[in-house]
Amino acid sequence: MASLRDLKARIDSTKKTKKITGAMQMVSASKMSKAEQNAKGFVPYADKLQEVVASIANSNTDVSHPMLIKREVKKTAYLVITSDRGLVGAYNSNILRNLVQTIEKRHESKDEYTVIAVGRKGYDFCKKRDLPMSNSILGMADHPTFADIKELASETVQMYSDGEIDELNIIYNHYVSAISQKVTAKKLLPIENLDAHSAINNDYEYDPDQEQILEVLLPQYAESLIFGALLDGKASEHAASMTAMRSATDNAGDLIDDLSLTYNRARQAAITQEITEISGGVAALE
Amino acid sequence: MKTLEVSVVTPSGPVLEGSFDMVVCKAETGEIGILPGHIPLVAPLQISAVRLKTGSETKHLAVNGGFMEVQPDKVTILAQSAEKAAEIDVQRAKEAKERAERRLQAKADNIDKIRAELALKRATNRLNVGS
Repeated sequence: MASLRDLKARIDSTKKTKKITGAMQMVSASKMSKAEQNAKGFVPYADKLQEVVASIANSNTDVSHPMLIKREVKKTAYLVITSDRGLVGAYNSNILRNLVQTIEKRHESKDEYTVIAVGRKGYDFCKKRDLPMSNSILGMADHPTFADIKELASETVQMYSDGEIDELNIIYNHYVSAISQKVTAKKLLPIENLDAHSAINNDYEYDPDQEQILEVLLPQYAESLIFGALLDGKASEHAASMTAMRSATDNAGDLIDDLSLTYNRARQAAITQEITEISGGVAALE
Repeated sequence: MKTLEVSVVTPSGPVLEGSFDMVVCKAETGEIGILPGHIPLVAPLQISAVRLKTGSETKHLAVNGGFMEVQPDKVTILAQSAEKAAEIDVQRAKEAKERAERRLQAKADNIDKIRAELALKRATNRLNVGS
């Protein structure tokens, strides 16, 4: 059995850990509510954009744009959104597992796909596994602005326009609630499933014309979808971090209880032994 | 008198909402003024200033990479970024302008040039609106 001193030291260090994880839980909680607000602030923009794109795309069948047309898929890109640091529970591993499973299921050779990594965890993972990676962005802020992701988003959309990739998928954690995040894989490009019902007004005038507007609008739409996923992912990240830190704090508390019990028992045993020894000594003298 | 409901929305949230008499902005094909009762219209905007008029008052807004959607009583401007005149950091815009000018003078490949030109446009636009 560990000595009294060892036990004491372990209790102390666990207490310190508990304090840290407790603080981190609170930090994540406040970051989460901010991130949630950001994600909500983005909704009106995304909705409006979707509405206009849908109404143009549905208004006229002879309007076409490369981004709306399905082509033979020779190369698929996967945009994975992970966090930069750990301590977020299963947040990253869920995403990366999904990525690996999708790749194994759909592709045979490394020429058929490429990964675009957002976040250090995804970057390191791809490096280690030697997965082809065409672009990455590290050190994303806790509350990213559109400008932070703009470059990566336009480059990615450009890759599609240039025919470098024929399909763009995005894998991220969708924020359901503070305690639940769901790994979501979505096909971003080519754009399909534009909801015709959201197109309320089909008799727009277009200046200069529909095709040129689509030219401007569709890349913007795709970029905004990427940004939306990033905001969603960030909210999930903070939520996951909060949950992980809370269970760490709870576990530290349990551990401290257990250790204190063992410590008290050991102390009691030592006292009992001492008394036995003294009374044994007294009995021997008589 | 009828007014237009104007909302300016960016990825980071709504920038401005309110009623105005007239909206003047620069579309790709040229300057365009919207009065209440305009036919539904969709037009991409240049990196430019948007002017919102109520009575004799005019509000200025710097928009970048946007387009507008017009309905008879409503104008929605969707932009990648939009700033009200009062919110513009003039000092920063000046620095950005100088930076972009320097980059333009340095011999660089095409992509960098286009990027620098865009940056210069954005900065100049901000400066025009901000001061």
